[in-house]
Amino acid sequence: MQRRLFKTTGSRYALNFVAVLITFVALTLVSRFDLMNRYTLDILVQIGFNIILAVSLNLAAGFLGQLPLGHAGFMSVGAYAAALFSKGVDLPVALEFPLAVLVGALTAFVFGVIIGLPALRLHGDYLAIITLGFSEIIRVVIQNLEFTGGAMGLRSIPKYSDVPWTLFWVIVTIFLINNLIRSRHGRAILSIREDEIASEASGISTTYYKVVAFAISAAFAGVAGALYAHYLRILDPAQFGFTKSAEILVMVVLGGMGSLIGSVISASVLTLLPELLRGFSEYRMIVYALVLILVMIFKPSGLFGRYDFSLGGTIDSFFAGIRKKLLGKGKEGR
Amino acid sequence: MKRIAIVFLALLLLVPAAMAEDTIKVGVIAPETGNVAVYGIAARDGVKLYIDQFNAQGGVNGKPVELIIYDDKGDPVEAMNAYNKLVYDDEVAAIIGPVTSSPTFGVAEASVEDNMPCLTATATHPDVTTYGDNFFRVCFEDPFQGGTMARFAAAELGAKTAAIIYNTADAYSTGLKDAFTEAAAEAGLEIVATEGYATSDVDFKAQLTNIAGTNPDVLFVPDYYNTAYMICSQARELGVEATFLGVDGADGVLSIEGADTSVFEGMYFANHYSADDTGELVTSFRAAFEEAYGETPNSFAALGYDAAKILCQALIEVDNAGVEIGPDSYQEVIDALQATDLEGVTGHIIFDEDGNPVKDLTIIEIKDGAYTFYSKY
Repeated sequence: MQRRLFKTTGSRYALNFVAVLITFVALTLVSRFDLMNRYTLDILVQIGFNIILAVSLNLAAGFLGQLPLGHAGFMSVGAYAAALFSKGVDLPVALEFPLAVLVGALTAFVFGVIIGLPALRLHGDYLAIITLGFSEIIRVVIQNLEFTGGAMGLRSIPKYSDVPWTLFWVIVTIFLINNLIRSRHGRAILSIREDEIASEASGISTTYYKVVAFAISAAFAGVAGALYAHYLRILDPAQFGFTKSAEILVMVVLGGMGSLIGSVISASVLTLLPELLRGFSEYRMIVYALVLILVMIFKPSGLFGRYDFSLGGTIDSFFAGIRKKLLGKGKEGR
Repeated sequence: MKRIAIVFLALLLLVPAAMAEDTIKVGVIAPETGNVAVYGIAARDGVKLYIDQFNAQGGVNGKPVELIIYDDKGDPVEAMNAYNKLVYDDEVAAIIGPVTSSPTFGVAEASVEDNMPCLTATATHPDVTTYGDNFFRVCFEDPFQGGTMARFAAAELGAKTAAIIYNTADAYSTGLKDAFTEAAAEAGLEIVATEGYATSDVDFKAQLTNIAGTNPDVLFVPDYYNTAYMICSQARELGVEATFLGVDGADGVLSIEGADTSVFEGMYFANHYSADDTGELVTSFRAAFEEAYGETPNSFAALGYDAAKILCQALIEVDNAGVEIGPDSYQEVIDALQATDLEGVTGHIIFDEDGNPVKDLTIIEIKDGAYTFYSKY
């Protein structure tokens, strides 16, 4: 007989909540009391916004099954909107920063809808090209607008993105996207990935769900952009080019299309790797590229494929394993 | 147990050995890879050359300077990581870099909070030094060279009309265009056409046809050498007879492979220094650089060399004052940098209150397919 500790959804929620809370409190204490130096803390912030970028792109690429190449465009929209907001208003930080992030997310969402409606009529390569085109348009427009600082970019953005705030948004992103996928709407999104014609025949409004998933993915790219802006304090439109979009896509593909834990781990590793390799100076980017090539050769579906992680499930199977071993031994002894 | 004790003893012996190695750590942030690596590597080599010479002569009163060099790929995030690592992990005494303007902004803003002495060799954007007193630069800034080229065209070349073609998506190019336009109005030089293009454009015929129609005396091309080459050769094809005016980014136009460099004949551009300058400092720098790296140093290398020189002199001053150089001597190093007054490869250097150098720029003429030192202006 299998006894499971975390059988009900409620108990799993409670367990995850406690785990997240412990992580959050621990990292907050670490950053408040300077237990790590700022170099390490800043890398943690970068890992944070890269996780949000990868997880949000995974929604469109891994779960919806499309191939958008314009994630950096939405990131830049969110970054500029949030930066302009927090430069423009003067509120207490605890209010101003979340509002700025929400402004960034909303603006990116609106852009996601505007771009998604025409773009999502296409599939595969065509969609990739059209989203790439749109993100280039966004970048060129930002470069030529007066209020975005043009080619000079925006500067003197307040530095709000610290470890607790970033972690907070990472948790929000993963929580919402994870629950979205497991909801009714999520099933509809997954069915489009599996077979668009079949799901349309089953009465799913494919256009609606494609645009919704795409726009939500854009909105979280906006969240990451807002964190990026308030971390770096300068925005240079040239940074949001095709290379940035490709970089995010690499994180998703490396982690596994359709695996949230994969995105989280590959975003963390790919952010850390160039830093750990600083000692190799010019050769470090070669090592970085080599890692990508090796993973793609030996694990083409990405590190985690479509596997996803459940803390409750892992603990249960861990104990189940132990019990099995103990019982097995007991039998032998008899 | 015995083995552990031996390891422990060995470690104890190692600790004083590590501490006895008394060096002064200086950080360098430069793009060694990526799109702008050509500038980063040149600047880095210039810095390394001076530090090697300096250490050979005894360093800071006997203590050698140890360089810790990090790549920023020309990317602001990487530059920030390199900066944080230098300040918080390596605990350097001062930083030379970054090289290009865009990563420099982020580092400049962060460095103000730490009051970290920073010296960029090559970031020409005017705003870079405005954040705090701790940030210095060795090169002249964009408005200065843009303005100087306008005054130079009016006074030395007797030009009456000018046209500008610039990159609307590039901070460097637009800054230069603004400065040129402003100074032209004062110098009595009439701007008859201002045309824009975008990064990675390769066809400028539409803009150049407009410019050809206005028949200007001079055409100002504020961009890097590869773009400048495309613009200049297309301009000649379309019958633009104006004299080309360039900026420091044009340094390198004659070394483009497979290019017909005759289109540049008679072009003038502003630069930080000329390798053909016959001054003693320049000739010895050039000889040493050629020996070390096998190529003629460009202005980025010269600026890197000067940056290292300025910093090392400042470190000597601080050491002479009896202050121990390290993470606790930031303010002393900043004060010593502010008091800089020395002769460098790129001219005589003193700093104004913002940390910008007060110095001459060099005008280079392209004559008979070679860079020729025209004048200091």
